[in-house]
Amino acid sequence: MLEVKELYFRHQHAKDMILKGIKFQIDAGQITTILGPNGSGKTTLFKCIAGLWNFQKGEVLYKKQNITRLSYAQRAKIFAVVPQDHEPPFPYSVFDVVLMGRTSYVGVFSSPGKNDYEKVKEALSLVGIEHLKHIPYTKISGGERQLTLIARALAQSTPVMLLDEPTSHLDFRNQIVVLRKVKEITRERGLRVMMTLHDPNLAMLFSDEVVVINGGSVVCTGSPEVVITEDTMKKVYGIEVSLIPWKGTRVVCPRIEG
Amino acid sequence: MLSPLVLGWFALFWGAYGITPIMVFKVMLNAVTPFFDLGGNIPEKFIIIDIRLPRIILAGLVGSALSGAGVALQGVFRNPLVDPFILGISGGAAFGCALSVGFFPFIPIPILAFFFGIIAVILTYTVAKTQGEISRLPLVLSGVVISAFFTAMVSMVKFLVDPHKLQSIVFWLMGSFSLSDWRSVKIGGAGIIAGLLPLFLMRWRLNSISMGEEEAKTLGINVRREQMIFIGSSSLATSVAVSVSGIIGWVGLMVPHLVRMIVGPDHKDLVPLSMAGGAAFMIFTDTIARSLTDFDIPVGIITAIIGAPFFVGLMKKGGKESWGR
Repeated sequence: MLEVKELYFRHQHAKDMILKGIKFQIDAGQITTILGPNGSGKTTLFKCIAGLWNFQKGEVLYKKQNITRLSYAQRAKIFAVVPQDHEPPFPYSVFDVVLMGRTSYVGVFSSPGKNDYEKVKEALSLVGIEHLKHIPYTKISGGERQLTLIARALAQSTPVMLLDEPTSHLDFRNQIVVLRKVKEITRERGLRVMMTLHDPNLAMLFSDEVVVINGGSVVCTGSPEVVITEDTMKKVYGIEVSLIPWKGTRVVCPRIEG
Repeated sequence: MLSPLVLGWFALFWGAYGITPIMVFKVMLNAVTPFFDLGGNIPEKFIIIDIRLPRIILAGLVGSALSGAGVALQGVFRNPLVDPFILGISGGAAFGCALSVGFFPFIPIPILAFFFGIIAVILTYTVAKTQGEISRLPLVLSGVVISAFFTAMVSMVKFLVDPHKLQSIVFWLMGSFSLSDWRSVKIGGAGIIAGLLPLFLMRWRLNSISMGEEEAKTLGINVRREQMIFIGSSSLATSVAVSVSGIIGWVGLMVPHLVRMIVGPDHKDLVPLSMAGGAAFMIFTDTIARSLTDFDIPVGIITAIIGAPFFVGLMKKGGKESWGR
């Protein structure tokens, strides 16, 4: 189980806290989505949990082990981070990018071995992008890039996967393709997955738990049906929405008339 | 499945070393000339063993130092447009050398060269780093600024030093292997190998490091520490190279690019092949430099004549891709 306990964060020299006592937990085989408007502290929370920014107070625990004290290499064996889509300076092949996931397992003075190549092949086939492996990462589509980064996170063989707005640069189809893959892998591997999302509808469709944050605090936590309500949406985003029941789930539809 | 990659790597590796027979052939050819003049075996042997051989070895060492440092720096700074010369390391090292030759003969040249080489690169890095990540254009610009500063400092030394020493500083600054002997091979070899070894051993990690600071951290790399190792080792190799052969620019930019075009961007292959390619390139250019005319043209002039248009070509071709953010 991954636990986030009472996280407080502020930037150096800044007065105001950006995160004010965030807490939640993620169980095996579950996807937890952090939902919140711009400036709610979503990205900050992500960076704190990923170990990129140091928070002032609180703990991130995996199986009761405090993650904050670990070295980068040790942490990389527990948390795999899927960054937002970006362009690297050199046109590495998809295979080479996925192989980077093995960095924490390869000795400082050596190169990846047979076992690492096996893990990469496994990750590529699990995500279903074997056909891309020789193609430069810079030449594939945004959706394929996101899948490559997910494969890299899988090659990292960690129990926890963190995804930073995995759908932000993708078109409608690819958003669904990527998130469906994430859900499938989460179930298959029993991963604990945390992701940040902008779209409440995607959160509704693809998460087991939703943590709604605003102004650096948790507004509410729970299953998407419980958390994503007309009230919370109004409170957090300041707009009127209707929730339309559809095939066992509900669709969030903003009211635009009048 | 991966054996073609490995085999291809080996094939290219030997291909790059295929320069060796040419090099030997060249030595033989050059050895034949005095044979006609003097008709003896002794001067021929002397030329090969005591003049040509140390010169070729030193050219190879310096070439692999500059090119190895270039490829490592391009990876660390995520910037295909940098090399030890552009980042100011060569300029800083040159100032160190001039200082040692001119005023502090009791401090060994490579030590002062390394000291100022590393100061120069730290300055370039600090000037370019505004917020978080370093963008490409500011890095190149700040390198230009720092280089200009150290060039001015070298001019200051030249102005203040006595005329005898001035001549040797000026000639050496142009970048030449004409003063090579076994002593410089020993000094250069030790320093360059010490600098290149960490680059070679840690080469694969450059892939992850080149993805950016935050991403490299989440992949399990202590970025600050490893950046320092790469920059320090590159500076060591470059500074020692400068202290034995003067400023030879552009090699560290051109060779990694050419090799990348052939074998791709994976540093696992790119680093050793750039080192080998750099050695081959330098031996080749130096051979041209000394046999093109009756004079021994400083090789630094030749590399700059080839390098400047090469850089322009890269800029034009790469366009947004090269300059990026």
